[in-house]
Amino acid sequence: MLDKKVATRKSYGLALKELGEKNQNIVVLDADLSGATNTNIFAKSYPDRFFNMGIAEQDMFSTAAGVASLGKIPYASTFAVFAAGRAYDQIRNSICYPKLNVKICATHSGVTVGEDGATHQMLEDIGLMRGLPNMTVISPSDDTQTKWVIEEISKIDGPVYVRLARLETPIIYDENQKFEIGKAVQIGDGTDATVIATGVTVSEAIKAMENLKEEGINIRVLDIHTIKPIDREKIIKSAKETKRIITVEDHSIIGGIGSTVCEVLSEEYPTKVTRMGIKDTFGRSGKGIELMGYFGIDSNAIINEIKKEI
Amino acid sequence: MEKNELEKLKDIAVKVRKGILNAVYNGKSGHPGGSLSVADILTVLYFKEMNIDPKNPKMQDRDRLVLSKGHCSPALYSVLANRGFFGVEELKTFRNLNSRLQGHPDMKNIPGVDMTTGSLGQGLSVSNGMAIAMKLDNLNSRVYCIMGDGEIEEGQVWEAAMTSSKYKLDNLCVFVDNNNLQIDGTIGDVIGLNNIKEKFVSFGFYALEIDGNDIEQIVEALEKAKTIKDKPTVIIAKTVKGKGISYMENQVGWHGKAPNEEEFNIAIKELTK
Repeated sequence: MLDKKVATRKSYGLALKELGEKNQNIVVLDADLSGATNTNIFAKSYPDRFFNMGIAEQDMFSTAAGVASLGKIPYASTFAVFAAGRAYDQIRNSICYPKLNVKICATHSGVTVGEDGATHQMLEDIGLMRGLPNMTVISPSDDTQTKWVIEEISKIDGPVYVRLARLETPIIYDENQKFEIGKAVQIGDGTDATVIATGVTVSEAIKAMENLKEEGINIRVLDIHTIKPIDREKIIKSAKETKRIITVEDHSIIGGIGSTVCEVLSEEYPTKVTRMGIKDTFGRSGKGIELMGYFGIDSNAIINEIKKEI
Repeated sequence: MEKNELEKLKDIAVKVRKGILNAVYNGKSGHPGGSLSVADILTVLYFKEMNIDPKNPKMQDRDRLVLSKGHCSPALYSVLANRGFFGVEELKTFRNLNSRLQGHPDMKNIPGVDMTTGSLGQGLSVSNGMAIAMKLDNLNSRVYCIMGDGEIEEGQVWEAAMTSSKYKLDNLCVFVDNNNLQIDGTIGDVIGLNNIKEKFVSFGFYALEIDGNDIEQIVEALEKAKTIKDKPTVIIAKTVKGKGISYMENQVGWHGKAPNEEEFNIAIKELTK
């Protein structure tokens, strides 16, 4: 575990091709980024069901809505900033309000995009997307989970936002791992603290857990792959069983899983929560992995935070 | 077209206009001007052109209509009601709290509405998606998209126009309801569109210009559109905003205002004569 690395955007591309083989109703759209989002893998196998829409994201998501209205299952991809950001109104009014069956698979989320810098590092998408009625929001943490998610969401009748990453991250789960939409995965059962993570920060949290164990500090990790609907039960259970709750995400601390966890706990089991994430600032250029350190969302930052609190 | 049929369509267009006024007057809110300008186009589409079935509004191989200028919902609702998708009495509930006749078209709850619209500029893209899906499934159905002239100021419309052309969507027919008025004034005063027909032609459309309040011309244009292969058609329909009601015609003030009782009665009388 954690040795082999794959970017979830790559897992997406491979899973999409497999799904396209099984299900003739799958249609894929991209906005001139098919090499980067990896939808080009599907395009090569099923050119008749692949539509390159050019650099026109607003058009792409509205077109996907029209395709879905006839019973097809469109997967539409671009970078997260151009999906949730640029095409927000199209996603809101043409997809979510009429509850059309469009799968928005947004790659290049967070500061881990790296060198492209702030304009391309989407840090607000979880907040934007989970605020939309009818939307399901999923942020898978590794290759295994992503492949499961891509097929699983084809069975949901309604819009889904999947948040994928550019950075190669460790494979966490083996092929036998079972997942369920809306159910967090608990890793470890320490009671000193719970680290709630999503996407690229899950493997960092696991690394932190393993390091801390050697020092006699026992924590657990909650992998929140489904941000909406949120797994209230597991969050409350961990708040009751552990001394501290820390959230960590490659996303703004405003509106992301930190906020989501606070909403759940403040209503049902008031608990002090520490939110680790991008602290109301834009990103910057650098290597993805360096930026995780710079913005304090890597395993070292998690270890330091836990030692400070315990 | 036979004279009988023409007279019949004209009579229906009058009923549609009465329905628009009933909706906006009773709802005390809504957009009469653009609804009246587009009434003849919608009448021809739903009473002559489109393959639809009011008893089976979700029929898979039906033609689709996307009213991209969604604020003109009173016209769409009135046509649907008169065509039998729901009762004309229901038009009076327009925009009321417990009504399904939402301010803007809602495909989930209103029989006959093929797409939810309201935020301008998205309908052509959606129509492209429908036309693409029809081609994937080898359906002979067609898609009709109605945009306002003010609406085509939205940049997304031109993104969509490229898509219509790239995918050779000859099963798509677009109307631009060219009444030359938008909320803040004339199209020319607000921003200026220059030659709408040339714009669409340069994007790869087959384009026609007609009098969009002349039923015969609408019928002929639709016939012509069906003969065009490998490219989408746009019909630039020159219309009169507020058409049919003397005090509303070409008056920008009637873009989004409901008539009072006196004004309503005058309007109904003018339509009845």
